[in-house]
Order: sequence, then C-alpha cells, then structure tokens
Amino acid sequence: MRNNPQINQHGELNHLLTLEGLPREILLHILDTAASFVGVAEREVKKVPLLRGKAIFNLFFEPSTRTRTTFEIAAKRLSADVLNLNIGASSQSKGETVLDTVDNLSAMHADMFIVRHAQSGAAHLIAQHVAPHIHVINAGDGRHAHPTQGLLDMYTIRHYKPDFGGLRVAIVGDLMHSRVARSEIHALNILGTREVRVIAPKTLIPSGVEGLGVQVYHNMAAGLAGVDVVIMLRLQHERMKGAILPSAQEYFKYYGLTPEKLAFCSHDAIVMHPGPMNRGVEIDSSVADGAQSVILPQVTFGIAVRMAVMSILASSGS
Amino acid sequence: MDLPNAETLVAHLADRIAPHVGAESALVGIHTGGAWLAQRLHQRLGMATPLGTLDISFYRDDFSRIGLHPQVKPSDIPFAVEGRDIILVDDVLYTGRTIRAAMNELFDYGRPSAIRLAVLIDRGGRELPVCPDFVGERIALPRHQNIQLTLEAGHGFVLSLQSPSAQVDA
Amino acid sequence: MKLVIKGGRLIDPKHGRDAVTDVYIASGKIAALGAAPAGFIAQRMIDATGLVVCPGFVDLSARLREPGLEYKATLESELEAAMAGGVTSLVCPPDTDPPLDEPGLVEMLKHRARSLNKARVFPLGALTQKLEGRELTEMAELSDAGCIGFSQADAALTDTMTLMRALQYAATFGFAVWLRPQDVFLSRHGVAHDGEVATRLGLPGIPSCAETVALSTILLLARETGARIHLCRLSTAAGIGMVRVAKEQGLAVTCDVGMHHVHLSESDIGFFDSNCRLVPPLRAEADRAAIRAGLADGTIDAVCSDHSPVDDDAKQVPFGEAEPGATGLELLLPLSLQWAREAHLPLDRALARITHEPARLLGIAGGELGVGSPADVCVFDPDAHWRVDRKSLYSQGKNTPFLGARMQGRVCCTLVDGHVVFDRPHGREARKQATT
Repeated sequence: MRNNPQINQHGELNHLLTLEGLPREILLHILDTAASFVGVAEREVKKVPLLRGKAIFNLFFEPSTRTRTTFEIAAKRLSADVLNLNIGASSQSKGETVLDTVDNLSAMHADMFIVRHAQSGAAHLIAQHVAPHIHVINAGDGRHAHPTQGLLDMYTIRHYKPDFGGLRVAIVGDLMHSRVARSEIHALNILGTREVRVIAPKTLIPSGVEGLGVQVYHNMAAGLAGVDVVIMLRLQHERMKGAILPSAQEYFKYYGLTPEKLAFCSHDAIVMHPGPMNRGVEIDSSVADGAQSVILPQVTFGIAVRMAVMSILASSGS
Repeated sequence: MDLPNAETLVAHLADRIAPHVGAESALVGIHTGGAWLAQRLHQRLGMATPLGTLDISFYRDDFSRIGLHPQVKPSDIPFAVEGRDIILVDDVLYTGRTIRAAMNELFDYGRPSAIRLAVLIDRGGRELPVCPDFVGERIALPRHQNIQLTLEAGHGFVLSLQSPSAQVDA
Repeated sequence: MKLVIKGGRLIDPKHGRDAVTDVYIASGKIAALGAAPAGFIAQRMIDATGLVVCPGFVDLSARLREPGLEYKATLESELEAAMAGGVTSLVCPPDTDPPLDEPGLVEMLKHRARSLNKARVFPLGALTQKLEGRELTEMAELSDAGCIGFSQADAALTDTMTLMRALQYAATFGFAVWLRPQDVFLSRHGVAHDGEVATRLGLPGIPSCAETVALSTILLLARETGARIHLCRLSTAAGIGMVRVAKEQGLAVTCDVGMHHVHLSESDIGFFDSNCRLVPPLRAEADRAAIRAGLADGTIDAVCSDHSPVDDDAKQVPFGEAEPGATGLELLLPLSLQWAREAHLPLDRALARITHEPARLLGIAGGELGVGSPADVCVFDPDAHWRVDRKSLYSQGKNTPFLGARMQGRVCCTLVDGHVVFDRPHGREARKQATT
C-alpha cells in the first residue's frame, strides 16, 4: 500500500480520512483525549478556548442534519468559528466542481474542512488538494469510511468493555453500503478485538469482506452466539424492497434485533446503533430502549470524540 | 546549587496554609506535579471537601505554537465551584501562564468566592501579574534552568534541576 | 526519397529476424536488407548504432477524440503522440461525438488524418446508429468509406436479438465485429473490480462474471452466425480461459488486452487514484497473471495501448465520478519492453504482440519489415531511461497511472511510408546522460 495520506512526515495525524491503517497509538490517543473532553459538557460553561479563532467549514455535499450538528457542537465547544455549507443544491448544479468549492473556501482562510460526500474517496481528493496547513475530516464518503463514527463506537465499547482482546463483536445489517461498518471493522482489528463477525443476507455482504478481517454469518442465531457487543446498521429505505431485499417485514423477521435474538448473545452484551434507527426494521423498540442499549451514550461520546479529533488535527504540524 | 529538601518544604507549606482553611475551602492541584502536591496537602490538612485536579491543556495560550499536550488527563472537580474558597496548588511558579489558564478553567465550572495560590517553589521570572499567597521557598533561577518536582518511590518528593535541552516550558 | 538505417539491431517478429542489419528504403517500401541494392544512393542516412529497428507498432485501440471531443484531444496532438510512441497504424473506436455511424464522418476523419501525414488511421464504424444498440448502421457504406470493422465501443447492446442481427448482417459481407464483453446489468453502477480492494474502498464493483456472461453470449452467437469476432480488452482469467477453449474448438475469434492490464491490478488504485479508473476495471492479481500467460501462449493475439486521453477536469473528481481512460500511445513500447523483461520473453516475441499479430488480425499491410512491405519503421533506444511526466508526453491527455514512473526504452525515430515523421529532439544526448 502507498503512504498513508493522513499522516504527515512527523508521524502526526494531519487529516482523518479513514481508520484503515491508522497506527494503534494514534487511535488510542484520540480515545484518551476524548475522555478528557467528556467532562467539558457537564460544566457550567460547556466549552474550552482551544480552537479560538479557527475557522471550521462543515462542507456537506450530501445532506445530513444529525452528523453536521454533532460536528458543529464539537467545534463550538472548542470555541472555533463554524460555518455550515450545504453544497448539494447550489454549487454543484452550477457546474462547480468539488475542488472549485474547496479553493473558494480556502481563500476565505479556512483552517479545517469537515467533508461529507456521496462518493467514496471524496475526502481523500480534497485532502490531497488543500494547502498543508488545512486539515480535513471525513464525515462520511460514499460507502468508504466514516472514521469519527467508528472512533466513537470504539470509545463506547471501551467505556463498557475495556478489554478488546476478549471481545466478540457482531455487526449486523447492510454491510454492502455501510461506511460505518467499514470504519468499525478497521478500528476493531487495530484494537485487537478477539472476534469480529458480520451478519447479513448474501445480498448485503460485499465480496471479499473476509479480507478486512471478519467472519461472515448469514444466520442470527449462529452469528450472535456468545457475542459481547452487537452493532446494528441502518437499512436505507430504498433498499427495503427491490432486488436486494424482498421486504422490510421479512428482513425484520430474520435479521431484526428482537429480545429473542438478543438472548443469543452473552447475557451482558451491549447493543449499539449509529443512528438514525428504523424501529421495527433493523431493531425492535424494546431492545433499542432496553437496559442493554447504549445508543444514547454513543451520541454523547460522539461529541467528545469529534472534539478530540479536531484538536489533535489542529495541533499537527505545529 | 543546593536544592532544599522537598519533603521539608511540603511540611512548611502545609503549616502556612492551615490557618486559612475553612469549611468552604477546597484544594485544586494542577497536573502533574501540582496534583501530587495537592493530594499530600489534602491529607496533611485533613480537608473535608474532596480534592480537585485540573489539566489545563485545553486552556493553554501556546496551543497554536506547540499543539496539544500528548497526554491530556481529564480535569476532575468533584464539588460545586460556585461560592467556594479555592486554594490552587502547583509545584513550581514561573511565568504565571499556567496559573492564568487554571483560573480560566476554574471559572468555566462556576464563580468561586476566592482563589488563592499555593506553590512549593517560586522561581521568579513572572510574565503575568500573578502573586502566590503561600510559598514553600523562593529560589531565583536563570531563564535557561528548570526546576522540577518528582515523586520517587521510597524517597517521596524530590526537587531536581533539569538540563535546558530537556525542558519544554514551565 | 531513398534512405538507409545503418547499424541497428533489426527485430522483425514476422520473419524471425533479430540481427544487426542495415535497412534500405526506397519509394516508401523496404527495398533491401543487409546489402544495398545495386545503384542505391541514399539521400539520408540514419545512424542506428546501439538502437533497435523494428516495424512501426500497430495499435488496436487509440481514441483520437475527433470529431466532437476536441477539448480532450485533437487529431494533431494524438497523431503526434502516436509518432512519439512509434505507432504507425492505429484503430480508433467509433465513440466520438457524434459517433462514427455515417460514411461522411468516416471520410472526414480519414481525410483529416491523411492530411496530417502521420500514422495510418483505421476507424471502426459504429455497429448501431448513434451506438444506441437499436438500429443497424449502413455497414457496407461505412466499409467503403474506410471502416475496418464495426464496434459498439463501450456502449451497451442489451438486446440480444439486435446483437444477433448485427452479427448476421456483418457476416453477410465478411465484416469483422469488435465487441468488448461486458454485461450491462452486472456492470451497472460499478467503477472497480468487485473484489477486496473495491470492498475496502467502498467502490461499487463490477464482478468478473460481467465479462464472462457477456462473453459466453458473444461466443455462442459467433458460432450461430459465423461472424468474424474480435474481442476487445479482455480482463479476467475466466474470460481468457473461455477464449482459449473456443480457439481450441476452432472458432475464428481473436482478442486483445489493454497494456494497463498487463501491468496493473486493483491494488494500484491505492487511495482512489482516478488515473486507475479504467474500462474494463483493473482486476485482481490472478487476472493479471492470466493475461500474461494468455499473451505468452498466444490465446491473446495482441496488446493495445487503449489510449483514451481524458482532460484534467474529468479526473480531478472523486474516483467514481472520474471519466475512465488513460493516455497510452507513448507508453506502449516501454511497457511492452518491461513486460518482456519481467516475463523473460525474447524481444521479438513481445514485439510481435504490437506489430505483426495485430496487423495480421486487421488484415493490413505493415507490422513487418520484409522486402516490399511499407516502410513503417520504429527506431528505438532499448536502454534509454526516462520518467513519465506531463511535460514528457506529446498527447493532450496527461493522465496515466504511470505518471512519475521510470521507463526503459524510448522511440528515437519513426518512419511512415519511408518518410521520417518523428525524430526525437536531443534523443541521443538524453541517452548519454541516462547511461552515464
């Protein structure tokens, strides 16, 4: 593999584009730093002056209010100036390319771009293009990567189950189209997870996924047996019926996480979901809101993890 | 240069603070040396309020120059700051910038009724109008020298002078 | 014009020649080899000492982007690139704008190419009107206008009845039909080989069966209709295996592969290098090995540059949105030489795949340097080292996966019809610098 484009010549994280190939120390440093940020939200004043005067652009070529908001909160809690740009409608329809947009915003003295794009590799393209002092965070590119989501999931797992070496983790659902799943798989393997399983019908399993370091299951009873962490993936509405799946009902019956299926897992297993959930499609409400669910803590930790990533990137190259 | 015995200084410092400790007083140590020292003082003074610690990494004024400290620890203030009489503790007082950052961070937890400063060593060289209320000892050091407090197994606190190359800042 | 190329190592795969031999040229033809014909007085002498003299290359696919796509490349720029690459005959696919589906367009292209007096251009006519896969073109008229065969290029022909009719009609006149086997539905939305790399990068995949499913349809229809089929740009081990079996069974098919696929595989995409966005996609390492084996055993008849210049704007976008294609004319020789070195093949066997073999399957003169054949000649320095960069390329398309790569072997001089049409400036000096 060629040089990792997100690490600078000093071995520092300069952009966060993917978790693939990320050195274990850097990953742990992000999680450790995030731990210090968790407390900030509980104070009277929920912000620190770390990135005062920095201009952070939320560059969303694909709409996503949720993700954009979490990055915005994270940036604001670091005292940065945040500008939100939803490019989908305006520039692209006028024929402006991604790099044109980036050049324009760079001229406005941007310090950091948070990029979401429907095409895999868009964040890499931007990172290769920007001036060296500008940092890029991939907030989701096509099916490729969603590294901050992967990190916050690792933070959440570590919070409840600190020893990755003893853990069995199952990721259930639309692996084919999921950037979240890819980032989680890389991170889990970097952290030395004992066993990473993926469970889905064959139409939702991408070819050669075993090469990423997972075991493939098509049956929930077998796949969930003895697992400590279950991560449910969101099923996009357009995939609920058609040539990939016949119906949401059949999917829920065989792959939706119900209390009965949760019982296949280890008794103290935790249940995660990157959100937003389709209740009654991939997860039953009684599981989503149940005692084993850590779906809301995921959201809380997500802010701290994004604060950690932003401050670590901002300090690279200094 | 002969450095004073750190353990003796800690005892002196505790004696100086003791008359000023009331029911509403709380100790807050600054990571890393100040936190050790505060923990010792907290025991010696037998204080009721639990000990607080601060990691001022997120409040430093040199972030854009040197970046984030590689090992940030969570700040932990296990009591309400509002209206509290706080004694801020650090091992060595030098430029005053750390104290400035620590006070800023404290105020993000609430509005204390007072903040007083206790340091083991005041080495001079202030760049900000910061003045300690309780001092173990004053030692005038040239700029290129650095004094550090370490905690050694079997010896307790030890003060040492550091070579200039190893120092990052004070 | 009489001309002699002296002191060069003549390699002519068709005639099995590989020896230092003087080449005498008169009236656009090879007049004699070795000794001068009686009374031959050369007006020009090319000193080829230390260089290789071989037939000009015959490239089975080079997009010149005319008419209609001049912002990507022009006939002037791309024929200059062909000369710099030693390519003296080339086939251009019909996917221009508009496509080559009318005799007038073909005549214009041929006329423009002739007036530039460089490489010989052999257009493929569109198999269906506007390449839409619905109505047949006037193949006989197009053939009269100069088309050497008929093709859908990369456009879909989903209706198998239309495909069968097109093959029957072409077979009526004995026209060759060039098809790139790729099932439309299995390749829909795909931008990379459906394998571990695409899965890792989250790129929609094109499975190998997209090639083999289409290939089996084509081979069955070839048997059914008796049409002369040339299979373009095979990319999979399974596909090459099917062609091997078909040839053993006596089916008259020929096939080619693109030069990129001889050297690169899916892993070269690295971190979304849009220069590796190619059609067909770069496949797995095992497929690349099968391509090399197929070239060595003759299952694959020829290697082409698959030259497809793309403008920067179309590449400076995310991988999946990038336009497929890479510049290739000027890399055909050095990449052939590299393949020969890596596969431990004698030079003449490697060069056969870009000279005599493609000329044979096209049925054109050239690709050889026998006495009496057209004096289309390439003189190259097999030891010249150079670096591929934007400035070193004559093509208007500067995008190639090999940007920045070191190459060995460079064309010094190209002759078409006995005329020197390319003489690399400072070619010798560069060589001296490179070898010292």
